[in-house]
Amino acid sequence: MNSIEKSPIPATPPRVIVREAAAPRPRWQVWLIRPEVVTLLLLVIAAIVATRLSPFFADLGFILESSTYYIEFAIVALVLTIVIISGEIDLSPAAQMALSACLFGTAFKAGAPIPVAMGVSLLSGLVMGAFNGVLVTVLRLPSIIVTIGTLILYRGLAQVLAGDKSISGFPSWFVGIDYRMVGIVPVPVLIFIAASILLGLFLGITIYGRQIYQIGTSEIAAIHAGIRVRRIKMGLFIASGLVSSIAGLMVASRLGSVRYDLATGGELTMVLIVMLGGTYIFGGRGSILGTFLAAWLLVIIATGMTVANIAINAQLTVMGLLLIVSIIATNAIYARSQR
Amino acid sequence: MTGSAPLVSARGISKSFGGVEVLRNVDLDLMPGEVHALLGENGAGKSTFAKILAGVHRPTRGTIELGGKPVEIQSPIAAQRLGITLIHQEPISFPDLSVAENLVIGQVGGKPLGRVRWAELAKEARRLMSLLNVPIDVTVPMRGLSIADQQMVEIARALASDSRLIIMDEPTAALTPKEVETLFTIVRRLREEGRTIIFISHRLEEVRAICDRVTIFRDGDKIETATTASLTDADIIRRMIGRPVADYLHRGTSHVGDVALSVRALTLPGRFENISFDIRKGEIVGLGGLVGAGRTDVARAIFGVAPATSGVIEIDGKPVTIKEPTDAIGLGIALVSEDRAIAGIFRSLSVETNITAAVPKRIAPKGIIRRTVEKALAKESVEKLSIRLASVRQPIGELSGGNQQKAILARWLLAEPDILILDEPTRGIDIGVKAEFYDMIGELAAGGRAILLISSELPELLALSDRILVMSEGKLTADIPRAEASQETIMHAAVPRSGRHTVSGAAA
Amino acid sequence: MNQVSRLFRAREAGIFVMLVLFVAVVSLIQPRFFSTETLRIVLLAVPLILVAAMGQMMVLVARHVDLSIGSILGFSAIAAGMVFRDHPELPLFVGFAVGVLSGAALGFVNGLVVTVFKLPSIIVTLGTLSLYRGLLFILSGSKQIDPNDIPEPLIRMAQTSPIDIPWIVIIAFGVAFATWLFLTYSQIGRQIYAIGSNPVAAPLRGIRVMPVTILVFTLSGALAGLAGLIYAARFGYVNPGITGVGFEFTVIAAVVIGGVSINGGVGSVAGTVLGVLLLGSVQVALPILGVSGFWQNAIYGGIILIALVIDRTVRQGGLRGLLARGGA
Repeated sequence: MNSIEKSPIPATPPRVIVREAAAPRPRWQVWLIRPEVVTLLLLVIAAIVATRLSPFFADLGFILESSTYYIEFAIVALVLTIVIISGEIDLSPAAQMALSACLFGTAFKAGAPIPVAMGVSLLSGLVMGAFNGVLVTVLRLPSIIVTIGTLILYRGLAQVLAGDKSISGFPSWFVGIDYRMVGIVPVPVLIFIAASILLGLFLGITIYGRQIYQIGTSEIAAIHAGIRVRRIKMGLFIASGLVSSIAGLMVASRLGSVRYDLATGGELTMVLIVMLGGTYIFGGRGSILGTFLAAWLLVIIATGMTVANIAINAQLTVMGLLLIVSIIATNAIYARSQR
Repeated sequence: MTGSAPLVSARGISKSFGGVEVLRNVDLDLMPGEVHALLGENGAGKSTFAKILAGVHRPTRGTIELGGKPVEIQSPIAAQRLGITLIHQEPISFPDLSVAENLVIGQVGGKPLGRVRWAELAKEARRLMSLLNVPIDVTVPMRGLSIADQQMVEIARALASDSRLIIMDEPTAALTPKEVETLFTIVRRLREEGRTIIFISHRLEEVRAICDRVTIFRDGDKIETATTASLTDADIIRRMIGRPVADYLHRGTSHVGDVALSVRALTLPGRFENISFDIRKGEIVGLGGLVGAGRTDVARAIFGVAPATSGVIEIDGKPVTIKEPTDAIGLGIALVSEDRAIAGIFRSLSVETNITAAVPKRIAPKGIIRRTVEKALAKESVEKLSIRLASVRQPIGELSGGNQQKAILARWLLAEPDILILDEPTRGIDIGVKAEFYDMIGELAAGGRAILLISSELPELLALSDRILVMSEGKLTADIPRAEASQETIMHAAVPRSGRHTVSGAAA
Repeated sequence: MNQVSRLFRAREAGIFVMLVLFVAVVSLIQPRFFSTETLRIVLLAVPLILVAAMGQMMVLVARHVDLSIGSILGFSAIAAGMVFRDHPELPLFVGFAVGVLSGAALGFVNGLVVTVFKLPSIIVTLGTLSLYRGLLFILSGSKQIDPNDIPEPLIRMAQTSPIDIPWIVIIAFGVAFATWLFLTYSQIGRQIYAIGSNPVAAPLRGIRVMPVTILVFTLSGALAGLAGLIYAARFGYVNPGITGVGFEFTVIAAVVIGGVSINGGVGSVAGTVLGVLLLGSVQVALPILGVSGFWQNAIYGGIILIALVIDRTVRQGGLRGLLARGGA
């Protein structure tokens, strides 16, 4: 943070500043209106409440283990965060996870060695992401409705591929990624942390990250400033597809089998994580840090509900409510900071 | 004027947008049965005043009395209920609804649960259109209509409502002389019925033809209200302009060099056609014309935002291909676009981010942003252009319009362009900052840059340009050397001669 | 003399031609498709979609989208089913009232959240999709409404009526006709088109955008609730984990095929009915053609995308045509 006292024009009397430009808000206010601060506060509160209610939560290992069910969605949510900051949305990643996992399973059943099958799966992620990207950037259709179409299409194709049977029988070295540990940290969690750091740096310190915020703030201004908007958006949709296929493979490994309905409803969880992290639904604002914190918040809430014996179906109520409340709250915070 | 009481009596009306006062302490009386012109340069405050009466804006201070009773005009609907109708400069319409529906939808007194009687609706719509003498099929969707026809529908809508005060904001901008004549006939009849009409126009001969009184605005102040007959054109222009703009210009005789930008037969169907001109190094070429004449479209085509479909652009004598702004920037072209709020600033981002947006290679040579370099560049620009702010990390939206515009200019100066296109660079800017801009533009040209200056303010064009091009209906109609340029020669070339406008008004 | 028919004639003709072509092609491949039996099956398959499609069409015309209708359908079906099960003494219409009113209430909530907080409807209804589904699990205690709890008269509505056409078909087309009357001849109906056509201009022209938008979502919810009863009548059971899941996508596919534009302002009852019939025919044709039912969703997804691309090109072509005409 740079400080105000280093103002470049100390000679100008303050009276003039008031007329030419509104005074900047105090730094504490700038910090408080950052929604990820709210996310952090909620996370702390949730952690304290949870440890009071159940001794399980005092054990970090327990939280890490129970996170593996959500961590795949959280990894995709990191990329979705960047997509939403750029002013677009992708609702199809969960379906992409299913289709790429089913392609993996089908290729494996057809006799392909695991690495080849994985290659097929990753390639399909690239293709699906590129297809979304073409529809949005070349045909200029709104991503919000296009990715609903591709959501249905991709999951439908997964159904065509796998029918209603599950494909399993993968070699044991491939299965059970969530039981592989580095210290007390399961490998998927490690991947999530690594991806958070990488994408956080990408968004925070590279010129592409900067330009993504600019595109999301005003696409027309970005075009006029010479930013290659379509190319960047295309890249983001492809990245979303690639990461979705990686997440699909992680699910395949965790479950040891794939079905067409893998990750059903995952789009809700992903959007929920991004919104809980304080990313602005209309683009231009948000952070990877917020999404990272929100993922853990969701893990604690969800695990807490499970520990409290709330049926998984009834948990849907809480998830839906959380999504709506978090967009309302984030919007309110940003609306206040907008003058 | 009869000795009757005024219909509208405004006292001490002031209005500020984001700390900038655009209207100061305006008193104005409007009589029943008069046609009253509001005159002034762009940004003088006349449209803001009209929009306050129509409930689009709310005054920061001041009172309005209507028919002797104080009123608060909270919204456009409230204005309509009070019998005030605004005919927008750019027609607002529902493109998917039929012409007839556009005439009545949302009309005051309409019952939401009421039934739509299509046959009666069409009959009434045809009657209104026949009053205006325009052959428009009222059953077709609005989408298919030309801007001129949409304008006529908008006027018809005002006739359908039983308004006491009708505000016409540049109603003739898109009309042919014949249509203007029809409109005037109607305005005269409305006057005879005792209604009040506010008429905003840049064309003095129209004001003379129809208006009883004029009120002149300048820089947010009301300068004078007088009967039209008591003022000569020269009187009006002098009051509109105030100080001669030429005073701002501190430009020495510049050295004009080789041709920097050459455009040949540039065409984008529906927008502009067969545009050819040259700009030399060190030369400021003005581009004048009415709103919607296609000037902005030409600028956008050269810069690659919406490229032309045919024609050649040459830079330093070599033909180039410009498909997107990145190409243009690489070739040393910069565009300060007319719509600063939408196509210029990133409102919620910091001033420094805004200033360095067009030079990614300079702040991040290897892809990683160098904060110190970025900060230094931003601060240097802030000092050079004396941008007044509290901190370069402040969101640019917190700055005044003039300082925002300086930051945008700073953005393009960092890119070190050889060719600078300025589209309405001083729109919505305080008069003091305007003077600074004129100095800067002069200095940039003196430094050997080729400058294309698009402006709707004739005095600005006349004072700054070495040469003035004029566009009308998408075509280049004049190339006037500085010595021969005057308001009259420019307007003569700018006013449409042919039939209807075919160019839709993308430029606004 | 009707202006509305004029506005949409071109789109509807296109859909109609597609429907005829589809039936012709399928009949050529598999002649037994072209029969009154097929017509009967199609007519029985469409009421569920048609009723909800009328609501979704109005939502799309107003430039919104409602993803929660599948959950609303499930909720209303469960609510009505529980009335039938726990209070068999009450007349049938009480169950209907419970279903339709609960749907309307849930739709009202959607509309309220969208308009009060000015949020994108797609995200809000993605949230309520989950929220309402969770509520229906809580309400039902995760228990299914069994076939023997569904009253006999309700089941018969899906089979016959005094005029030999099943009641649900009559109800569905009645709803479509009422929607047509509402959209064509009421001021509010026209205002829905105006809002979708130009949301910025609507308030300037004195249209009360908020109440009209809330009404549209409420109607969509109510019609999804009615669809819940049609579901109970037709399938004879209601399952909290199955009923209405993924239903929103089928309905959106039908509406978009019917020429309703996602950009708002454009859409007609006739087009939507044709779109629903086309989708119903596809559903029925697949097994006859020997295509696995697993293809259904992929086809829906593809159809939605194709319809979006067509809508886009029509608009662009229309614009170019307009400019060309202006220049002549």
